[in-house]
Amino acid sequence: MTASRILNRIGLWFAVVMIVSPGILFFVWMLSLSLKHEIDNAAYPPILIPEQFAWSNYTAVLESNRFGTYFLNSILVTGSATLLGLLVGVPAGYGMARMKATKSAVVVLIARMTPGLSYLIPLFLLFQWLGLMGTLLPQIIIHLVITVPIIIWIMIGYFETTPLELEEAATIDGADRWQVFRHVALPIARPGITVALILSVIFSWNNFVFGIVLAGRETRTLPVAVYNMISFEQLSWGPLAAGALLVTLPVLLLTILAQRQIVAGLTAGAVKGG
Amino acid sequence: MTSLALEKSERAAARPARGRRHTRSYWPFVLPALVVVGSVIVFPWAFTIWMSLHEWQIGGGSSFVGLANFARLGTDLRFHEALVHTIYFTSLAVVLPVVLGLFSAIVFHQNFKGRGFLRGLFVMPMMATPVAIALVWAMMFHPQLGVLNYLLSLVGIPPQLWVFHPSTVIPSLVLVETWQWTPLVMLIVLGGLAAIPTEPYESALIDGATGWQMFWHITLPLVMPFVMVAAIIRSIDAIKSFDIIYAITQGGPGTASETINLYLYSVAFAYYDIGYGSAIALVFFLMVVGLAVLLLWLKKRSQWTEMGAGA
Repeated sequence: MTASRILNRIGLWFAVVMIVSPGILFFVWMLSLSLKHEIDNAAYPPILIPEQFAWSNYTAVLESNRFGTYFLNSILVTGSATLLGLLVGVPAGYGMARMKATKSAVVVLIARMTPGLSYLIPLFLLFQWLGLMGTLLPQIIIHLVITVPIIIWIMIGYFETTPLELEEAATIDGADRWQVFRHVALPIARPGITVALILSVIFSWNNFVFGIVLAGRETRTLPVAVYNMISFEQLSWGPLAAGALLVTLPVLLLTILAQRQIVAGLTAGAVKGG
Repeated sequence: MTSLALEKSERAAARPARGRRHTRSYWPFVLPALVVVGSVIVFPWAFTIWMSLHEWQIGGGSSFVGLANFARLGTDLRFHEALVHTIYFTSLAVVLPVVLGLFSAIVFHQNFKGRGFLRGLFVMPMMATPVAIALVWAMMFHPQLGVLNYLLSLVGIPPQLWVFHPSTVIPSLVLVETWQWTPLVMLIVLGGLAAIPTEPYESALIDGATGWQMFWHITLPLVMPFVMVAAIIRSIDAIKSFDIIYAITQGGPGTASETINLYLYSVAFAYYDIGYGSAIALVFFLMVVGLAVLLLWLKKRSQWTEMGAGA
């Protein structure tokens, strides 16, 4: 009995290690690549931990390539698209849940199924015609395609589970619909809003395809900027890996810090941007 | 003053008929979102349909050509090739993550130390910026300097060309996609496992069922609807996959890994053939919807037969 239980435990831990290691080893290797000089990155057999760390890979990325500008662009695009998304998406989720108009959420589903490129062609022409290219505005607007559906979807699900009694009591006390929403529904929904905010930020931050079409030299976001590093620096893996790690680091930190909310949001809405 | 009083009396009068009023008065909450959705989602669709009926080059003029762009799809060999690549890539990129995700969910459903933390690490690949991880995968795929061929040599497998050979490029890209999206399947199925009641297991134990029998006859049927949901979501994402393929191979070598989405990108933003690109976008969208509907139908049918078998 105990012997078989020990065997079961060993089997379980073996399975756990098998499942988790590809993810962990990848990021360990990414870190290793980013901390090695070119000689070490070209060594065979490969070196995991170099004798000398190449911190210069990071300083090179941070100092050159207008990293600051691109970082600011990413913050502005993701921040504005998420804030605007929350501004229209949270009330919409509330209204749709209260009207029991969840069938209209099909629009959200269709948006989820639409390839990102099919928004790009018409909006690209529109932005050109309006003379907006060269500013961050086109990217902020098109990122709404990512953030608004995610937020509406999660908020409908959340408002459907919040109790109606408090809202009804407030209505009887003479509060109008706006006051009920603002002072009763919204505070209760804060955890749901947090989930929507986090997922919206992550998927907007990660977006690449909108940037490669709409961004000019000055308006690139970080994913586009790091992709463009390939053509500039032929096969210098160290700085490229360092750049890649810096781009995705905020998202990875957020994933670890807000793990519970992310898991809740993904299983409830099963959303993905783009 | 008067308006306030009016409102008050109106509210009092409306109270009995609240049910009807109820649904109408939430429109102001939804309206801003409707405007946004209308302008960034519905308008582009309408405009795309309009453009697909025109010969339209960026920088050039446009002229109405009817359904000529759609007819062109029938004779475009590169489109046919892309269609084959898409089917090949999508089926692999759905089946592998679903199978591995189901297995991972069963493992994560057990109780062990540090489960929450390890689940957090496990989820990292799907949250990480796709382009960033694609660049690192590209380095790992390098035939001479890449770490993957070194790992293969440790177990005595000859070096591979990975994404640099037409016959291995799609399986290699599927490897990245599987690595990235198995966690999503795991999370969805894990939610399903958590919802299974314990009673069937208790009675099965009394009847002397083995662990394997319980898995096959209780766990799997009960968790199947969740597996199907995961498969549907995975299909929609896999068929649209862009970032990973574009960043690692750009559809190459040659056009060996060019899926419809990548071909669409080339037509619209490399050749600036807007009319034809719009036609491809429409057909592609219909394919995604068709796939989703087909899978939803399969899901419904599988649930029905389960119920039939149970009765």
